[in-house]
Amino acid sequence: MAISVNTPVSREAHGVHPGQNKRTRRTRRGLATAFLLVFLVYFLLPLFWLIVSATKTNPDLFTSFGLWFSSDFNLFNNLGDLFTHDSGVFLTWLWNTAYYATCAAVGASLIATLAGYVFAKFRFPGRTLVFAIILGSIMVPSTALAIPTYLLLSKVGLINTPLAVVLPSLASPFGVFLMRIYAEQAIPDELLDAARVDGAGEMRIFWSVALRILAPGFVTVLLFSFVATWNNYFLPLLVLSDPTYYPLTLGLASWNAQASANGGAQLLFTLVLTGSLISILPLIVAFLFLQRYWQGGLTLGSIRS
Amino acid sequence: MQKQQQVEADRSTLAVSTVKQKPVPLSWYRWRQRVALPYLFLAPFLLLFILFFILPLGYALGISLFADRLVGGTVFVGSQNYLQAFQDSSFWEGVRHMLLFMVVQVPVMLCLALTFALLLDSGVTKLRTLFRLGFFLPYAIPSVVSALLWGYLYSPNFGPFAQIASSLHLPAPGFLTDSGMLASIGNIVTWQWTGYNMIILYAALQAIPPELYEAALVDGATGWKVARYIKIPLIAPVLVLACVLSIIGSLQLFTEPQLMSTLAPNVIGDHYTPNLYAYNLAFNDQQYNYSAAISFTLGAIVFVCSYIFMFATNRGRQR
Repeated sequence: MAISVNTPVSREAHGVHPGQNKRTRRTRRGLATAFLLVFLVYFLLPLFWLIVSATKTNPDLFTSFGLWFSSDFNLFNNLGDLFTHDSGVFLTWLWNTAYYATCAAVGASLIATLAGYVFAKFRFPGRTLVFAIILGSIMVPSTALAIPTYLLLSKVGLINTPLAVVLPSLASPFGVFLMRIYAEQAIPDELLDAARVDGAGEMRIFWSVALRILAPGFVTVLLFSFVATWNNYFLPLLVLSDPTYYPLTLGLASWNAQASANGGAQLLFTLVLTGSLISILPLIVAFLFLQRYWQGGLTLGSIRS
Repeated sequence: MQKQQQVEADRSTLAVSTVKQKPVPLSWYRWRQRVALPYLFLAPFLLLFILFFILPLGYALGISLFADRLVGGTVFVGSQNYLQAFQDSSFWEGVRHMLLFMVVQVPVMLCLALTFALLLDSGVTKLRTLFRLGFFLPYAIPSVVSALLWGYLYSPNFGPFAQIASSLHLPAPGFLTDSGMLASIGNIVTWQWTGYNMIILYAALQAIPPELYEAALVDGATGWKVARYIKIPLIAPVLVLACVLSIIGSLQLFTEPQLMSTLAPNVIGDHYTPNLYAYNLAFNDQQYNYSAAISFTLGAIVFVCSYIFMFATNRGRQR
């Protein structure tokens, strides 16, 4: 976040060849914008299709043209079906997802902030080694961990409980890495010393001095952990078997499997699509409103490494 | 006054100072400040880290050395599971898919991301915010939903591409066939992750002080030359990091093939990717020991691949 995301206006002028005449320059700008527009269509088209499809009836989904609305605008019926199908299990999934993601994100970012702060501001024996191990773990494929994690959780009887999803999501090595860099940049040693002179305990210093300064970094880690848990599929797939504990990803995948097995004969396809649309809205809104944080966070992670 | 001294004494241990410590025996107070307190603050993270990183890894390694036998129950077999994995054609077929995927998808995605980032950074377009947000948007979508979404778009029955093809009296494109599947999955991953990589590269480009290339521009260097000789070398470390993370991600592919398997069960099967194979071994066949060996071998391959890559790029840059 040391780097401003908004470009200074002077940058507009870069890439401009002094000897070029105005016309070639304009053609070039036009070509570049057209090139980017083509890809914008590529990136947004599936989402447009999703929005269109969520307004269709199940038969229209198969018969009308996919990329435009059909005459029958059925979005509200679909939404009604979505929230009542299977005695409203979709609402349970939505609630589960929000609950898992909130618990995991708040917990993970608090724990990572505390750890990152200690790595940045304290010198203690084993500091370099422990941090190197944590950093190395980012390279460990999560799948090498998932199956043994499942087996270990089943040994202690945590399988098929919300804790089986939340607990493993609380350890975020990348969050620790990010918060360490952030704390190194943001908290001056003099400030901590001043607080110590005033007689504040270390815990108090963390809560009322450090955490306040670290707030932007904290929000970044919070957002990324939230998204990671909201979108997680592999871990819940392994550790949950009761549909009342499912998050949205697992629930939608199970509906989709049922729909495919039935050859799309029932209205499940429209439910999967409408449900998909609802499930992505909260994150899109979060990303739009918290732009400063994710862009800053990605900057921070990339600059130093 | 005493407190002041105490604080002065702590200062050298707590704050990050460059003065070397003399090896004096630690008083209880200093031991508390120097060792106990940092580890107390680290305790929540370290506990979780040990429980959900170190312990599962150790456990996986442990059980991969055993096998369930009909007679005699679980017995120690040493490296036998690993030898079996090395001769298992199902496993290697998955690995082959993944390597092919990695060699094609990662460069395509990163080249696109780099091109977008350079174009946006050069200020050649006025719609920068729109492109940045629009390209990044797929990242916010769960991989399950993007796999479902593209699965429907690929559908030979009601997918829009098949509809367009049939209205032109052409055969439906074979997205979900044996030959098209890997490219179709590659497209989903590219769609989802290009914007994310673009943002990382764009942020790195924005961090370059303009002074570094202003002179070149004044001297008449073209935008392309500035990008090639000044900007790209300066963001090389970020590019390498993005590459390593993409390699790790692509070798672990699971969600997309698993969801595609409901659409094209004959194409995907149970061992299309090593990860899918490990999952099916554990949860359909209850072969936990062998599955752990496969996961571990896969982990080792990922580690070796990213290590080789980092080593190669490091040497390339030093030359």
